[in-house]
Amino acid sequence: MKLWKSWVIASKDFSVFRKKKSVIYSVILIPLLMSIFLPFIIGSAGMKGSGVTIAEFASLLNSFSFFFVILAASLTTVIASYSLIGEKIEKSIEPLLATPTTDKEILLGKSFAAFLPPILSIYIGLGIFMVLIDKMTYNTLGYFYYPNWNIAIIIVLVAPLASILSVELGVILSSRVNDVRAAQQLGQLIIIPFFGIYILGEIGYISLGINSMLVISAIMLVVDIFLFYISTITFRREEILTKWK
Amino acid sequence: MIDVENLSKKFGDVTAVDEVTFHVNEGEVFGFLGPNGAGKTTTVRMLSCLISKTSGDARIAGYDINNTDDSLKIRKLIGLVPDNVGLYEELSAYKNLDFYGKLYECNKIQREENIEHFLRMLGLWEKRDVAAGAFSKGMKQKIAIARALIHEPEILFLDEPTVNLDPESSKMVRDFIMELKKEKKTIFLNTHNLDEAQKICDKIGILNTKLMATGTPEELEGSVWGNKTVIQLEKVNDMILDELNKLSLKKIIYDNNKLTIDVVNPKKENPIIVAAIVRAGGQVQYVTELSPTLEDAYLKFVR
Repeated sequence: MKLWKSWVIASKDFSVFRKKKSVIYSVILIPLLMSIFLPFIIGSAGMKGSGVTIAEFASLLNSFSFFFVILAASLTTVIASYSLIGEKIEKSIEPLLATPTTDKEILLGKSFAAFLPPILSIYIGLGIFMVLIDKMTYNTLGYFYYPNWNIAIIIVLVAPLASILSVELGVILSSRVNDVRAAQQLGQLIIIPFFGIYILGEIGYISLGINSMLVISAIMLVVDIFLFYISTITFRREEILTKWK
Repeated sequence: MIDVENLSKKFGDVTAVDEVTFHVNEGEVFGFLGPNGAGKTTTVRMLSCLISKTSGDARIAGYDINNTDDSLKIRKLIGLVPDNVGLYEELSAYKNLDFYGKLYECNKIQREENIEHFLRMLGLWEKRDVAAGAFSKGMKQKIAIARALIHEPEILFLDEPTVNLDPESSKMVRDFIMELKKEKKTIFLNTHNLDEAQKICDKIGILNTKLMATGTPEELEGSVWGNKTVIQLEKVNDMILDELNKLSLKKIIYDNNKLTIDVVNPKKENPIIVAAIVRAGGQVQYVTELSPTLEDAYLKFVR
């Protein structure tokens, strides 16, 4: 397997995405807005004498930081749809498959292309979020809340695994759907379980602390491995050329 | 260069290609003629190692299409222009070609030289930074052919390269293929354009799931019903017919003082026929040759 070929494919996709304003806006603007909007809400709700305890405040921050996991899953779907269905729509998949490139090199390249821009954007958003929260906590509580183990697990495990889940779902969906918007809409269903986790955290049914994050990561890892197997079966050139609708 | 023996492809119960056998020599332009759904694209996809065969054998430059290791070597040796150009419309002509040059493992110098060579040849060098989406269909098709040639392949597969193009664009693409023919490239051309096949191809195969016939355009035309000589007389009478019957001709049809005679060698037989008619007192108004066309051959085999 020649990794550089996967990178060539991913780089080409980055060049294509740069020309698509809707993709740029989704991937850059949404995490950016979220990174500013969430601290603003937290500032309004928790820091102005509303009677919120420090423990409740920490729980609120954990829940809100989980929003970035939801975003990682959601934004990756947007890119994965363009990356794979875009090739189908523009009929560029056949000349690509005709090159001396293996299915795995192409799949990995497409995965890089779908994974890297959203995850980088999420990391930048999380960085801004942490800086703004730290500014707030330093002024009111006298210490920097971030970085901590919880956000570290989100950055290192939960968000990337959620993003990989989306990439794999995108590959599987691309074999059944012929329209970017339909793929995006179906792909957005992936956020339902994540929203479920977020709501369970908000109502206090589960804690979105370190242990929960590790459990969620472990479950996602298993699902990722299972979906990777399914996506490699789906992503075979004969399947793509003869069975992708 | 391309050796195909009893190659078949089935999709479920449907047979797309049925025990096809043919050979294409180095530097030859081989045309695959057939109606829609005849299996032309499926054959090209099998030979390009894009889909697997169901049975039979095929070798490209000695490499087996069904061997995983060989399939990567085959893909390096060939260039494919599919029936849809499939360019990245947002990227410039240059970037489209550069991307494929990288995937075909051309080094930077080779890529730069070949991109410039082909874009200049196509008259697109000045527009190299224009997005591919801004080009006309004919131009896009030419860029797609350049894309398939970027790694200097030994064999070029063209799947209906002029379909859906206007006459001017078709000519533009055809002229480009003729240039490649002069460079002695081995070309496998799928088409249902008979005129195109006749102009470009050295050898033609007529496919209708099965390979119905192969040969040079002349051989295929000759296989329909040979040559016929048509002679318009002022009046056909029994004396003329008796005189012609003495010549042991294959077949004579007369209608409205017009004789249609099957001949094997028109240049040799026509003067003898005319002399016989004149001997019998016939007055010849005109003599013309009626030759079968590639269309006649095509229709004979696909119907």
